[in-house]
Amino acid sequence: MINSNEIIDDIANKEYEFGFTTDIEMDIAPPGLNEDIIRFISAKKNEPEWLLEWRLKGFAAFKKMEFPKWQHFEMPALDLQAVSYYAAPRKKKQLNSLDEVDPELLATFEKLGIPLNEQKALTGVAVDAVFDSVSVATTFKGKLKEMGVIFCSFGEAVQEHPELVKKYLGSVVPHTDNIFAALNSAVFSDGSFVYIPKGVRCPMELSTYFRINAQNTGQFERTLIIADDNSYVSYLEGCTAPMRDENQLHAAVVELVALEHAEIKYSTVQNWYPGDKDGKGGIYNFVTKRGICKGAASKISWTQVETGSAITWKYPSVILQGDHSEGEFYSVAVVRNKQIADTGTKIHHIGKGTKSRIISKGISAGHGDNSYRGLVSVGPRADNARNFTQCDSLLIGNQCGSHTFPYIESRNKSAMIEHEATTSKIGEDQIFYLNQRGIDSEKAVALIVNGYVKEVLNQLPMEFAVEAQKLLSITLEGSVG
Amino acid sequence: MLTIKNLHAEVEGKKILKGINLEINKGEMHAIMGPNGSGKSSLASVLAGRDNYTVTEGEVWFNGKNLLDLSPEDRAREGVFLAFQYPVEIPGVSNLNFLKTALNEIRAYKGLPALEAREFLKLTKEKQQLVDFHSNLMNRSLNEGFSGGEKKRNEIFQLAMLDPQLAILDETDSGLDIDALRIVSNGVNKLRDAEKSFVVITHYQRLLEYIIPDFVHVLYNGRIIKTGTKELALELEERGYDWLKEELHLKESV
Ligand SMILES: Nc1ncnc2c1ncn2[C@@H]1O[C@H](COP(=O)(O)OP(=O)(O)O)[C@@H](O)[C@H]1O
Ligand SMILES: [Mg+2]
Repeated sequence: MINSNEIIDDIANKEYEFGFTTDIEMDIAPPGLNEDIIRFISAKKNEPEWLLEWRLKGFAAFKKMEFPKWQHFEMPALDLQAVSYYAAPRKKKQLNSLDEVDPELLATFEKLGIPLNEQKALTGVAVDAVFDSVSVATTFKGKLKEMGVIFCSFGEAVQEHPELVKKYLGSVVPHTDNIFAALNSAVFSDGSFVYIPKGVRCPMELSTYFRINAQNTGQFERTLIIADDNSYVSYLEGCTAPMRDENQLHAAVVELVALEHAEIKYSTVQNWYPGDKDGKGGIYNFVTKRGICKGAASKISWTQVETGSAITWKYPSVILQGDHSEGEFYSVAVVRNKQIADTGTKIHHIGKGTKSRIISKGISAGHGDNSYRGLVSVGPRADNARNFTQCDSLLIGNQCGSHTFPYIESRNKSAMIEHEATTSKIGEDQIFYLNQRGIDSEKAVALIVNGYVKEVLNQLPMEFAVEAQKLLSITLEGSVG
Repeated sequence: MLTIKNLHAEVEGKKILKGINLEINKGEMHAIMGPNGSGKSSLASVLAGRDNYTVTEGEVWFNGKNLLDLSPEDRAREGVFLAFQYPVEIPGVSNLNFLKTALNEIRAYKGLPALEAREFLKLTKEKQQLVDFHSNLMNRSLNEGFSGGEKKRNEIFQLAMLDPQLAILDETDSGLDIDALRIVSNGVNKLRDAEKSFVVITHYQRLLEYIIPDFVHVLYNGRIIKTGTKELALELEERGYDWLKEELHLKESV
């Protein structure tokens, strides 16, 4: 396994090579959503005709759709005409030293144990070395290339592997899926593409250009991961460092395809800016994530740790098409202040003997409002399908909310579906008990929360799990007493 | 070691402690008895720093420090331990992990390095044996699903692990059968030494047959109305509390 910190250190410490002279060409399209802008994006990216057509179909679908009304929160007013749909790659304002950075942000980095050079890079402070994400990706790609693994930006995949993109794009999340997916299909900027060939076990965790670049992934990201027969890949998305972004709406699409006996593990740590105490200014994270276990005995596993965003609204789902395929969803969603999360999963059992497991751990503090929404459906062909759902809520304080909306649709009598749910509260007497043993309140909450989320964090790669654990305690700091 | 002077405290506007005076020296074993609702647990809570109690008057000194100025965790780190009358359950937090965290927090406060895993396990084994604590309870969640007796024994085990200077045991004997009572008392007796002091809160004389106190205090209506030696406990067992209450009323009406 490659240690991303090492790589980043490596890069940040590298001697000045090419200088900062290559100012990234700035072009920003005027705000507004129309066919012209879509053609403009497509042309800018030098896309083939079929992709432009696909975008336009997405746009046509988008125009016919309305915002959903079933969610458990009030939909914020979104002015999609006020957004600029092409602004690429933006160079951040360069600062001269960490002294110019918000001290609160630095304190968080400190607590997360993020190395100094990386802190600089994240906050846009000049590093005494060239920081070139492309070259990172290149070294990294070299190793993968030997094994035939393709891991590149979406745009690059369109140029280099059009046949794969054409075959799988929209095959899991069609452009008509929902209004945000339709919007994404029309205007997606870039994203990641992964292809693991037959029989290959990807030897390292793939992450979106490491931590540092993850912040510039843009508003309408598109990710497509294909694991061919008997292959395995573990993919990490996101970043534990706090991410700020002026774009308020994030409507990404992630599609996973697992062929026969293949396994895809997809892990997310989401820590977008949640807004201030009153919820002003936070990100709306409206993402469509879905995987299909197309081949027999394949497996897709989603793990998410959601601590950021003003509104998190997503249901990473699995379609269990292949016989004996398996789907998993492990989630920790934390809300505090005025944050909202309406998240969960959908598992569709289609093939015979398919299995699924859902472990959802909601944590609500402050005035946060946390909803778990899940659907388990079993089709007529899915003999002996099994599902186990565990859906827990942990409340901190008296002003937060938590809700569970489990839906079950079974059309096969042999299916076994189990659902368990618990709600608990971190009580003052628990905190006092721990205080009395020499543990301060902050640590006490962390101890209880870590115990509560253990089952989910165990699914993450080790280093990531440790950071996620720290992130959780930082997020909940000051939420008790 | 501990000096309580004229301590008054209230909870939710209700006066509970109404002028407690108590002096505890190193190595002493004090028993506090008294009818239900007289304020025994409240006294323990105030000493430990539970924040729903407000101290309205008085002082508490612990090894030269003003205890009332310290946070609950700092009181614990200074060496005040409370074995709870009703230990809480904390699901998901293993007994072992909890103890390691507690021990290392206390050590850090004293400027000591964290115990290494091996040393910690060694200590755990040693103390388990000392107080006869089942090792299969170690990996379970803290007190979750423990029987009443197991919870009380866990309190004593924690006491052994954390090695405080002052241990306050709040009705550790209630709800224990005679065997468990013997085990718990044996544990406490083994932990007694010249440096450590105990305050044992109990309803029953029977505990004091195992744990012999140096002093027995009767707490009634928020005050210590009588102090004696272990014979007082026997007398209380025989005659109940009414005669003391009458004595008190007589005194007060004078
Ligand atoms: N949180 C509380 N709110 C109101 N009254 C309380 C509270 N805790 C204790 N009390 C009252 O304080 C008095 C003393 O209680 P306690 O200290 O538990 O007595 P003991 O331990 O001697 O039985 C009782 O009258 C009890 O009802
Ligand atoms: Mg009591």
